Amino acid sequence: MGTTIVFFIFAIMAVAAAWGVVTSKNIVHSAFFLALTFAGVAVLYVLLNADFLAAVQLLVYMGAVNIMVIFAVMLTLRGDVKESSLETKKWGLGALGAALVFIMIALVILTNADWRIPAQAWSGQGSALAISELMLKSYMVPFEAAAILLTLALVGAVILAKGVKESK
Amino acid sequence: MQSFDFVALTPEIATAALTLILLAIGMLIPAGARRGMQPLTVFGLLGILGYILYDLFYAKMGPAFQGMYFHDQFADFFKILFLAAALLVVLFSGAYIQKLPAYRGEFYALLVAATLGMMILAGAGDLLTLYVGLELMTISFCILVCYLPNNGGSCEAGLKYLVLGAAASAILLYGISLIYGLTGSTQLAQIASRLGDNLSPSLILATVFLLAGFGFKISLVPFHMWAPDIYEGAPTPVTAYLAMASKAAAFAALIRVYLVTLESQSFAQAGVALLLILAALTMIVGNLMAIPQTNIKRMMAFSSVAQAGYLLVGVIAESNAGVKGVLFYAMIYVFANAGVFAVIAHVEPAQDSDEIKDYAGLARRSPLAAAVLTVSVLSMAGIPPLAGFVGKFYLFSAVMSTGYSWIAFVGFVMSMVSVYYYLSIVRVMYLGEGEGLPEIPVYGAAKFTMLFAMLITVFLGIYPTPLAQMALTAAKSLVR
Repeated sequence: MGTTIVFFIFAIMAVAAAWGVVTSKNIVHSAFFLALTFAGVAVLYVLLNADFLAAVQLLVYMGAVNIMVIFAVMLTLRGDVKESSLETKKWGLGALGAALVFIMIALVILTNADWRIPAQAWSGQGSALAISELMLKSYMVPFEAAAILLTLALVGAVILAKGVKESK
Repeated sequence: MQSFDFVALTPEIATAALTLILLAIGMLIPAGARRGMQPLTVFGLLGILGYILYDLFYAKMGPAFQGMYFHDQFADFFKILFLAAALLVVLFSGAYIQKLPAYRGEFYALLVAATLGMMILAGAGDLLTLYVGLELMTISFCILVCYLPNNGGSCEAGLKYLVLGAAASAILLYGISLIYGLTGSTQLAQIASRLGDNLSPSLILATVFLLAGFGFKISLVPFHMWAPDIYEGAPTPVTAYLAMASKAAAFAALIRVYLVTLESQSFAQAGVALLLILAALTMIVGNLMAIPQTNIKRMMAFSSVAQAGYLLVGVIAESNAGVKGVLFYAMIYVFANAGVFAVIAHVEPAQDSDEIKDYAGLARRSPLAAAVLTVSVLSMAGIPPLAGFVGKFYLFSAVMSTGYSWIAFVGFVMSMVSVYYYLSIVRVMYLGEGEGLPEIPVYGAAKFTMLFAMLITVFLGIYPTPLAQMALTAAKSLVR
């Protein structure tokens, strides 16, 4: 019972913050709302006993990714920050489409009785240990490929950022 | 402690090493002395290609890493295709890359990295591996597409590819998560055994999402909107590689997921109906939209949409013959595209235009380029003595033997329509005057690539047996 209440508090917080990300006119506010969404999801991980994942979510997503987003906004923004994300006003048609897709997905998911992965908390010992075993043993190929992917993304970021600078 | 299966991963490890070596050399060697990058890439890729050819015929095949990775003839066939495509692109684009404003060395590294992503995609035995391979390919392409920093079209294309690609990835991931929820596994073999004959609405939804994700890469019709802008804006070698290899890679993944994983009696009905509609739409829209185009790269974009439709026909056949048709056609499509884009990459810098009307009189100004372009587009249109005809014959006869004759009929009619716009290029080249346009003789590696692509296209049209045999072996090696 207690976990259900906690779940709903933080799930609603995460969704409401996501709403804020999309609708706020100030892009820095959007970034802070994004941090709140990440925090809400981190609490959901805690409820599932995925403590390592929750810590990663807080440290990497809220701590690093989000701060980087805010830095990028601050360093590149021109003009008034209060009107930095004005495109959010045109959302009528998008909202309609999203609502229809949401209803369809919700119906399909709620009517399906045969889920092989029930929403149960992790019951083993030490989720960090289990995750590292998975990553370095059975999921080794995608893990290594992801490392190369990140290296190239870094190279690409440098190429694109510096290329724009040269063209001025 | 499980043993590490080096043999299954050797080509991938070698490709990753080549990527990193190229990156390191690009950083260490002074900017003036980087002429050696192209030969280094070519010899590196040739070495890997040679190893895979050896692997295809002599190595012991089988699933590796407890089914996480497939080491079979099917994966090897696609790896050969990707490496051949990368080699041809690197060979004909040397002059183009020399003219890039900066980061020439990294261009090769990114190209090889995209190849690595495709190889992982072709071998993936697990949806997560498949996804990481797909992303490695997509991210590399994103960077390559906006490689001309001072060109607005290139930047726009890169941004579009990034945003739309991210949306397609999100949909694909959602589909993967639904499949994981339904079966409790991400491994293709286990998913197949756990799904059984159970066809629930959620499985249909997951399949549609997966199809949308792959459909974006393949440029099937409802998801093809990105193709024209990105083909036009990207640097020509990148456009060529997108058309030749990225499409084939997504088909490799689609065939594995569709024929290995989702193959069940009840599913086949719904899935085939969906694919039939998509294939028909793709062939019709792609060919009809190609007709009014005046820019040759834009026209090739719609032509590649249409080709995706023909390939999908082979997937619908769901038989060894159908898969063989897809493999054969994907391979000859590489050579036809290599011919077309080698000519575009040669003509574009010389006269600073991609308009079809500026190809006027190319037969006089550059006879070899005109001949190669003619043979390549006629092969794509499926004119008899060329390889494209044989490929289409395999695809359509495979689907007709399973009873869906009308889709083959749509394919025939649309191939005839395609002859019109392909021939309009030939007409401009041979009958146009082209006064005031420069003489552009072909030389060096570009000349070799053009001749090679043309010879292969003609040779496989006359004597397709060796490649067809290879494709059939690869099709049979798919785990069913």
